[in-house]
Amino acid sequence: MAEVLVVVETTGAVGAAGGYGVKKVTLEMLTLARELGEPAAVVFGAPGGAQELGAKLGEYGAVKVYAAEGEQITAHLVAPKATVLAELIRRVQPAAVLIGSTQEGKEIAGRVAVKLDNGLLTDVVALAADGTATQVAFAGSTIVKSRVTRGLPLVTVRPNSVTPTPAPAAAPAVEAVAVALGENDTLARVVERVAEQKGTRPELTEANVVVSGGRGVGSADNFKLVEEIADLLGGAVGASRAATDSGFYPHQFQVGQTGKTVSPQLYVALGISGAIQHRAGMQTSKTIVAVNKDPEAPIFELADFGVVGDLFKVVPQAAEEIRKRT
Amino acid sequence: MNIVVLVKQVPDSGAERNLRSDDSTVDRGSASNVINEMDEYAIEEALRIREAHGGEVTVLSMGPAGAAESIRKALSMGPDGAVHVVDDALHGSCAVATSKVLAAALRTLSPDLVLCGAESTDGRVQVVPHMLAERLGVAALTGARKLTVDGGTLTVERQTEEGYEVVTAPAPAVVSVWDTINEPRYPSFKGIMAAKKKPLRTLALADLGIPADEVGLAGATSAVVEHSQRPPRSGGQKITDGGDGGVRLVEFLAAEKFV
Ligand SMILES: Cc1cc2nc3c(=O)[nH]c(=O)nc-3n(C[C@H](O)[C@H](O)[C@H](O)COP(=O)(O)OP(=O)(O)OC[C@H]3O[C@@H](n4cnc5c(N)ncnc54)[C@H](O)[C@@H]3O)c2cc1C
Ligand SMILES: Nc1ncnc2c1ncn2[C@@H]1O[C@H](COP(=O)(O)O)[C@@H](O)[C@H]1O
Repeated sequence: MAEVLVVVETTGAVGAAGGYGVKKVTLEMLTLARELGEPAAVVFGAPGGAQELGAKLGEYGAVKVYAAEGEQITAHLVAPKATVLAELIRRVQPAAVLIGSTQEGKEIAGRVAVKLDNGLLTDVVALAADGTATQVAFAGSTIVKSRVTRGLPLVTVRPNSVTPTPAPAAAPAVEAVAVALGENDTLARVVERVAEQKGTRPELTEANVVVSGGRGVGSADNFKLVEEIADLLGGAVGASRAATDSGFYPHQFQVGQTGKTVSPQLYVALGISGAIQHRAGMQTSKTIVAVNKDPEAPIFELADFGVVGDLFKVVPQAAEEIRKRT
Repeated sequence: MNIVVLVKQVPDSGAERNLRSDDSTVDRGSASNVINEMDEYAIEEALRIREAHGGEVTVLSMGPAGAAESIRKALSMGPDGAVHVVDDALHGSCAVATSKVLAAALRTLSPDLVLCGAESTDGRVQVVPHMLAERLGVAALTGARKLTVDGGTLTVERQTEEGYEVVTAPAPAVVSVWDTINEPRYPSFKGIMAAKKKPLRTLALADLGIPADEVGLAGATSAVVEHSQRPPRSGGQKITDGGDGGVRLVEFLAAEKFV
């Protein structure tokens, strides 16, 4: 059976071994890959990372782990990774290549597509054994089925598209991959990586529950209400663009067309009107709940359960009720 | 500094957008078309660099004849001139082909810096900047929320999941910008009038030496098999808070097993 290459998305400090974790999208991709061939994981990062992640990858069916590690990989942006991956693809001729539909994932995929003159499909939510991919376009309003018609299926997979299911393989063998770069691959150098305080909340794009606040939340201070509900539900915090632009919450938590696309089991919108650009980032969520004082707010068209009311009354009461029940 | 800004015309993301039923390409006829929002931030950044360091700003766009309207609009913000790659054979081009055409056009302009948006709102693929860098053999610094130009060195600050990183590369390079980088200016009346007289050059595929069968639907590296409208979400329950809205909300969440 042909290999299916899965580029591993990791959490934790880039460039430092130890503390590495596997992002959920990686497990989703391994689950998908098993339908198409033999999953082989590709790990980029600091030395030792592949060894550290091997067991987890094996639990989800990876039969092999290719490790491309070292300074050459971590000190530059995506170009070295694309060079290594393209070379690996040439060598193993996989049945398909799956990469996370994150900024970095798409960038690696884009470079590989050019290097191999190969088609590329991004934001894929399902992939059939014959290579037909399902994508959601235009803010989730259109479903597209497409295929790569030149080269092999090279796809980026949107997080939260597949339920990751374990299928243990024997502990996968780790094979070191030579990192032979071209001179242009090292032009972009990382001079500094600054880790900002990271709480215990799940990552926005991977979270099962997302609680977002909009302009209606009114201030940065009031966002504590949104955080409180998120923490009670074990979710991530999101925000509308009006909220991030007003400085209520940091930009990286923006949901929508120019922010993150999320697809959680539960999306809670507090004081968000539901503009089309906001919907673009959340409308494929499984269950949507909204609180808004305007009965005409478009968010109610999407909501499975909507409360017309003042969020400063409804939300604290809801928090109290959740505490009572848990 | 000789700067080229990439500008794409896209269907307005605030209106309903569709794929065409005949060839499954983006319907650019029915919706109103606008400059891809993030590209306005790229134009603004280019103008600021010109103001600080001198040089020229040229807009480059690949798109149908109608895209000229967006190019004029871009010029009204202040760039010096524009190049429009327009050719019927380009209709339906995939990202791989688009990058081939834009790279060929960029070679004729030999910029010190290529500025573009981080993503387009129609495709949302975020791949063109890196594809161009790959083809041109230069660095790509993407998703910039801050850009500094110091002689021949470009330094960008970009948001990451963990925090942010600072990356640097020698010019020439491709830099894509996020909408947190600046606040684009509105075209002034004077700017709008001046834009009408600015040079707008058109280039066809033949001018770039690219065979027609390498682009468009004929040369596409991927194909849409079918597309359909996603069924609208069926309307849920809507209650008006009568003092117990929070409790009822939690009752719903509990029934759905979220609590
Ligand atoms: C090109 C482009 C890209 C964009 N990208 C994004 C994007 O990525 N993400 C995004 O979110 N937006 C995006 N937008 C902006 C979008 O169009 C909306 O402006 C934005 O989503 C509005 O945010 P909001 O719902 O928080 O604010 P508003 O539209 O102002 O809505 C606030 C809501 O809060 C309600 N409210 C106020 N007080 C209370 C209260 N006490 N209790 C209950 N409800 C209350 C109001 O009734 C109102 O419905 C984009 C726009 C453009 C043009
Ligand atoms: N046809 C085009 N003409 C000019 N610029 C483009 C074109 N397509 C993409 N770009 C540029 O590349 C950026 C990223 O686009 P994309 O990779 O399609 O998400 C856009 O913001 C534009 O600046």
